[in-house]
Order: sequence, then structure tokens, then C-alpha cells
Amino acid sequence: MRRELLPVIATEPVGPYVLVRLERGGLEPGAPGQFFMLEAPGRLLPRPMSLCQAPPGELAFLVDPIGPGTRALASLEAGHAIHVLGPLGCGFDLGVQRPLVVAGGIGIAPMPYLSEALGGPPALLGFRSDLHAQAARLLPGAEVVVEPRLVTELLPEEPGDVLACGPEAMLEAVRALVPGAQLAREAPMACGYGACYGCVVEVDGHYERLCVTGPVLREAA
Amino acid sequence: MSGHAVPLLNASGCLDALTAPEVARSLDAFVTKTVTPLPREGNPPPRIAEVEHGMLNSIGLQNPGVDAFLRDHLPRLEELGVPVWVSVGGFSAADFAVVCERLDACDAVATVELNLSCPNVEEAPDTASELVSAARAATTKPLYAKLSPATPDVTETARAVADAGADGLSLVNTIRGLALDPRTRRPCLALGTGGYSGPALRPVALACVHACASALDLPIVGMGGVWSGRDARDLVEVGARAVAIGTVLFSDPGAPARVRAGLNAESPREEALEGGGQLAGAGESPGRRDASSDLRTQKTLQIGPNVPA
Repeated sequence: MRRELLPVIATEPVGPYVLVRLERGGLEPGAPGQFFMLEAPGRLLPRPMSLCQAPPGELAFLVDPIGPGTRALASLEAGHAIHVLGPLGCGFDLGVQRPLVVAGGIGIAPMPYLSEALGGPPALLGFRSDLHAQAARLLPGAEVVVEPRLVTELLPEEPGDVLACGPEAMLEAVRALVPGAQLAREAPMACGYGACYGCVVEVDGHYERLCVTGPVLREAA
Repeated sequence: MSGHAVPLLNASGCLDALTAPEVARSLDAFVTKTVTPLPREGNPPPRIAEVEHGMLNSIGLQNPGVDAFLRDHLPRLEELGVPVWVSVGGFSAADFAVVCERLDACDAVATVELNLSCPNVEEAPDTASELVSAARAATTKPLYAKLSPATPDVTETARAVADAGADGLSLVNTIRGLALDPRTRRPCLALGTGGYSGPALRPVALACVHACASALDLPIVGMGGVWSGRDARDLVEVGARAVAIGTVLFSDPGAPARVRAGLNAESPREEALEGGGQLAGAGESPGRRDASSDLRTQKTLQIGPNVPA
């Protein structure tokens, strides 16, 4: 477990989201779907973010500025530096035969890094507006729908090995349609390394810490 | 790790030594999450919320129960080579007695901390002194009573638990708080209220530690919003003989080394003199005198077996 102060290279708007690009320092990028705790300037607690892109020497995170912490992250500029802890948790299982990437909204965040690791598998993306759908440029070649159409409408009869990330309702729908899908979940986290027990989700009738057991969970087929 | 002038611990529930062993090893003793007689799933999520100057938590004493703790956790904790303090909780005097009796037989347990004040579970109908008495009858281990600051006079409770056989005090637990989601106007936490921790708790902790150190001659582990070595020194200055860190570990698992460096930079006495003086009203308090003289004479606060503070 490593924590370093990483300089900000740049922040770039991607539709309503912001891509926060940091120098990698001595941190490993980890496996796709793993996450990092990013210091949110002016806030007490860091924020969990899965890695979006890992160009040489860089770690890039896609942030949706919806609250005080994510807004602080989205407001970073070149010349700033933040503490980053990671990589943390369990990422996607890459040992799949017929990968299909499925993401909704900010759930696209871990997919560019995942797609690169899997050699550019087919991808389905859903967004709530044309503005949000601008983020699809991070995953060239993906099939894209905008609400009221739903990304689950694009799932083929035999979807193969689905790797999904998105809002709970979307993941619930994917779970129902594709038993055994790998789902990258989200929960409020204080620490990211198993200390606080704040991020539990229900797994097989028990509360499990998402930062330890997940964030990628494979639902029982 | 041993021999530090002011031992540094974690606050119960703020570190899992099995998922972060290197963090536990950077402390003078590791304090477990509260163990109850039976397993507990804990409270439904959302369990945490960041608020101004702190955070709320409502974990609800999630733990595997004393059987699984002794079987699966304690042997692995022992391997860390750090003295283990076990936090004990329950809902009756009998609950405290059951767990303490089981721990009494374990050499790996250095100290028992009694969680008499979890803000996230129904309060035991027994009084704090009844809970301590039951624990005292069940174990010869050192017993530290963890008290809530949310009481008109914390020294009353402190005296009661001392009379009931507590060997020390852990001050303070969190305070119950509530936060509303700005969009939904509903509570952020699933169960509504939670324990308020973080920097906002610092002056509260200082007041409680100062009051109890002045009133009683019991060793005190001070905790509550410690973020820096300076914060830790403040607690020592008002009478704490050891310091525990909690919420800061969530934002920085490297906090123990940083806090210790600041804590040991100068002695509390030097710091107080440099700062131009005395805590108002604390000049003649026995607690203050005891704390500093203990540090000089190395009067021990037993942190673990063979690890005098």
C-alpha cells in the first residue's frame, strides 16, 4: 500500500466530466477496475476513483463533479499536487473468452484502461444526455445510446463475458440479464483500505467491505 | 515498536490490522474493532458521511463475534508483533463478562478496552459501573473504560468506573450527530444518526481528558480528532499518557509516523513553556502534574506485555 504526493499534469473537460491527469510517481497503475484514494483539497476524506487511463508516467482519473470533493478534484490545475493512495481493491478478472464492456454514465471511468488491457473488446455505453455522451470519445468504436434508450437494450442475445460499471439500477438490470457478469460497484468510502467498514455492500446475505472484496464483484451465475 | 515516550495507538474501529499490517506495526499497540459475544452484521449502508470538520459513521459494531475472533483473528494479530488491545462491547453486563472471560485466557491480549459508549447501537440498560464490574470479575487483564464525552460531567462516570475496577480511561468516543443530504433533505446515513469524529472533536476530547486527569489518578489514552503531532501533544499536556488516532487514519495511513514525529519533536513541557504558559485553570491540577512527571519518571502505562511505555 503506497501513498505519494503526485503533481497534476493537467485537467481536461470531457463533456460534463473532468479528466484529472497526474504524474504517476512511484505508484503502480494496478489492474483495471482497481481504485485509488485521491486527496480532495480542502476536504477531510479522500475520494475513491478507479483508474481511467495509464499512459507512460501518468495516472488519469475521470471525475464527475457532483459534490464538494469531486468538485475540488475537478478544479485542480497544473502545478497543484495531491496525495494518492493505491492501487486498492480487486479489479476485473481479465481471464475471459468473449469480453463485452458495458458502462453507464460515469461508469465509463475504468473502461478505457480495461479495454486497453483486453485488446479493445466491443463496448456498449449509455448516457443520460448528449453532453454526457461526449465521454464516449474515451472509448472509440463503442456503441452509444442516450436516454430514454438504455444501454441494456443493446445487449445481444448471447452477451458473452460482460464487464460492467455504472449506476446501481443499470448494474441491477445487467445482473438480471447476464448472470455471472463482473460488476464494478460504487459506495461511499472513508479509507479505501479496509479500516472504516463504511463501504459495505450486501454479498450473499452478508455485509462485505467493497474496498476489500471489490469494487469488482462477480455475481453468482 | 516500543519505548516511545508517549505511546501511540489507533482508536478502536479505525484500523484493520489484517488488511493493513504495516500501519498496525507503526503503532505502539493495536486496538481491535469492538468484539461482541455473537457475530454482528452491523448497520445498513450508507454508513458514513463527510460533514463539516469531521465525519459521521454508523457501522453498528460489525464484527465476527468472540468465537471467530479468537479462532480466526487473534492468532494472526499476535503474529504482527504489536501488543493487542481488544475492544469489548455488548448489550448487558453479562455480554461484557462473557467476552472478557474468554479473553482472560489469551496471552496475546495485552489490554481490554470496554466500549461503554458506542453511539450507534442501543445502549445497555446497565450502568457503566455495572458493565465494568462485570468485566472486572471476569478478567485480570488491564481494563480501560472508553467513555462518551456526551455527558454533563464526564468525571462522574470516570469515578464510577474507577471504583468498579477500571485500570484506565480511553477518552473520548464519538458524539452522536446527524447530517441531511442537501438534495433529498433526508439523513445521509441509513439509520439517521451516527458518531461524529474528526477535528471537531479535538476541543471536546481536550476538555474531557483535562477534567478526568484533574479528578482522578488513572492513566488516560487521549483521542478525538488528532491530526498532527501538535494535537497529540495537546492531549498529553492536559493529562493523557498515551494518544490514539482515528479518523486521520482514513485519510492518511501514514499518519502514525507523522504524528509521532511531531509528538516527539519536543516534550510537552517544553512546548507549553514555549507557548507562553499554562492552560488556564490547569496550573495546579494533579492530572497535569502527574502526566508530566510520569513522562519524566517513566511511570508506566502498560501498553503490552513487556512493553513499558
